[in-house]
Amino acid sequence: MALVLNEEQALLKETAEQFFQEKVPVANFRKLRDSKDENGYDTAVWREIANLGFAGIMVPEQYGGTDFGPVGLGLVLEQAGRTLAATPLISTVLLAGSAIQQGGTSAQRQKYLPLIASGEIVMALALEEGAHHNPCAIATKAEAAGDNFKITGKKVFVLDGHVADVLIVAARTSGGPKDTSGITLFLVDTKNTDGLKITRTHMADHRNAAIVEFDGVSVPAANVLGSVDGGWDVLEPALDIGRIGIAAETLGLIQQVFDTTVDYLKERKQFGKVIGSFQALQHRAAELFCEVELCRSVVLEALSAVEERRNDVPKLASLAKARLAEASRLITNEGLQMHGGIGMTDEYDIGLFMKRARVAAATLGDANFHRNRYAELDDY
Amino acid sequence: MDALEKFRAETREWLEANCPASMRTPMKEGEEPWGGRKAVWKNPDSKIWMERMAERGWTAPTWPKEYGGGGLTKEENMVLQQEMRRIHARTPLMSFGLWMLGPALLEFANEEQKKEHIPPIVRGEIRWCQGYSEPGAGSDLAGLQTKCEDKGDHYLVNGQKIWTSYADKADWIFCLVRTDTSKKHEGISFLLIDMDQPGVETRPITMISGASPFCETFLTDAKAPKKNLVGELNKGWTIAKRLLQHERAMISGMGLGGGGGAGPGIEQAAKDYIGEENGRIADPSVRDKIVRQKMDSQAFALTMRRSAEEAKAGQGPGAASSMFKYYGTELNKRRYELLLEVMGIQGLGWEGEGFSEDELTTTRAWLRSKGNSIEGGTSEVQLNVIAKRVLELPE
Repeated sequence: MALVLNEEQALLKETAEQFFQEKVPVANFRKLRDSKDENGYDTAVWREIANLGFAGIMVPEQYGGTDFGPVGLGLVLEQAGRTLAATPLISTVLLAGSAIQQGGTSAQRQKYLPLIASGEIVMALALEEGAHHNPCAIATKAEAAGDNFKITGKKVFVLDGHVADVLIVAARTSGGPKDTSGITLFLVDTKNTDGLKITRTHMADHRNAAIVEFDGVSVPAANVLGSVDGGWDVLEPALDIGRIGIAAETLGLIQQVFDTTVDYLKERKQFGKVIGSFQALQHRAAELFCEVELCRSVVLEALSAVEERRNDVPKLASLAKARLAEASRLITNEGLQMHGGIGMTDEYDIGLFMKRARVAAATLGDANFHRNRYAELDDY
Repeated sequence: MDALEKFRAETREWLEANCPASMRTPMKEGEEPWGGRKAVWKNPDSKIWMERMAERGWTAPTWPKEYGGGGLTKEENMVLQQEMRRIHARTPLMSFGLWMLGPALLEFANEEQKKEHIPPIVRGEIRWCQGYSEPGAGSDLAGLQTKCEDKGDHYLVNGQKIWTSYADKADWIFCLVRTDTSKKHEGISFLLIDMDQPGVETRPITMISGASPFCETFLTDAKAPKKNLVGELNKGWTIAKRLLQHERAMISGMGLGGGGGAGPGIEQAAKDYIGEENGRIADPSVRDKIVRQKMDSQAFALTMRRSAEEAKAGQGPGAASSMFKYYGTELNKRRYELLLEVMGIQGLGWEGEGFSEDELTTTRAWLRSKGNSIEGGTSEVQLNVIAKRVLELPE
């Protein structure tokens, strides 16, 4: 219901804005890219993020978190999106953090949640197996062998996979290749695990992803997250939180591209006038403005729905993810076009935003996936 | 029980006792309660319902009591609206007086004018129409030429207005007139004219939908006493702009589906007209278009709500009404295009056998919707407003 920020949230937004603008500007991201940084994210920045309490924003106080809630996390992600800050927030805090909170045993919670809140652990969700997000199409197998399970298969596009300390792996323990039942989640340590091969992949957005291969990796039954065959119940809500988080990050991204573009329209002169005085460009800019405003509303509503534990979270997650995927394509394309030649240069930031926008759009389901899901949820 | 809950209980009880049964059904064509001296009451209950509500000022629930309004707080009004929705009560009175002129009078008129004109609006006794556009002044509204001369004890008005909604059924017209030809915006005044005089003549215009909701209005030596000038002479443009905001807010609400009647959603229509496979709309490309439409619609509704919440919290973009007018009307047009696509030839009937009443209504409504992005400022004008006022792009 709260589409307007309260005082506490407004303050958090200000803190986050200041932090990312000053400490993690786009220059920071360029440095990581240009130096081919092994981690792919700035570990010092990540520590600061944890110190500010951002990593523990969804973690209850009893586990050392700040429990500020999803709307708060959304505000942080939006600001991170404005400066292209590369952090393990999505992989570790949103996806792993909410899966553990949702499905973890008390021992698992005790073990992982404080580490997540303090920024001492990086976790990654090993889910995808093909070119498109298809969360129940899982061929990776886990077979019971005594007190252990043996995992065999291959995962792709594992965000932060090559720097993760622990993976959450979705594997099939029963059922057919597209069934939601029969999926089991496992916590798999990446260190000293036989049969595990992790290969970093270099994506266009220069963020972290990896291919993870399992060749009979043995995992103790105690590492099952949620129930055997019932992993979907933990996975789906965590995916929705991840989707909404990415939508929030994308909101910051489109706002930044839009603002930069409008500034450029007011400054660039051709035919003796600033190009922003041309109606052909004015109308396109005005349409983009409407689009950004609609995006802000759906993101805020989706975050509020998570916060209020409403039952329309899945539908709003799909609404937000689909809308932001489409809007970010439109706005980065239009922004680049309005910048003209300079927008095509690597020196200018807009290309970086465009590349990030496309990867973010494909992460956890693109617009096609979410439109289909939105209709399915309403039964048509 | 707190005061608001007490108000709810009393309201519920009163509505139960006073809202006629036929007024608890969806609005029927021709039963719209527009009021006015020439009102035709196809269903006599409409008149009873309007009068009972007007008696309490509940046709204008939040307007001050001294002018006949209900004097309700925002919260009380919300309760009233909820309670009316609960019993599916029809709106008791539809009128441009309520939606457009009244708010402007409350803001800009003098005490005498408020006392004279607002109570008859609330009671539905006087039906107003809007004299803005002229044959030569559409998007460039401030270029209007209707001449208004000071004749000592009265004004003499000569000119022509066009697209005057329901002018043939109205009693009074609020007009933008030119009182200074040497300036553009600063030469416009806001004048109230009684249409019951020989100098005012109206002629309905038949539209592409077959209906004639709009008129040409001819003013030939029409007279208005000087007390009918609202605000200062040559300062009418300020009032005109404010009134346009009310008008845009009214029209943009149509994007939410208000214009197309209630009934099942477009996805059900698709299942009915196209068929379904395994519970899904059989044609995947139509299905995708429907999802896009519904997503746009939900995003738009959320943005309207956010804007209302922001306004309450004292924040928010000032030129929001232009965004809503632009997006809401374009959305409504797309909705009708899609509905027609879904209905196939059943959405293309004009009259007579072979079509249900709903189908025929949809065809006409589709045509009517084309005007949404023209009236009250075209989409292009709204985009200009956003570009210039919100984004501050230069001339």
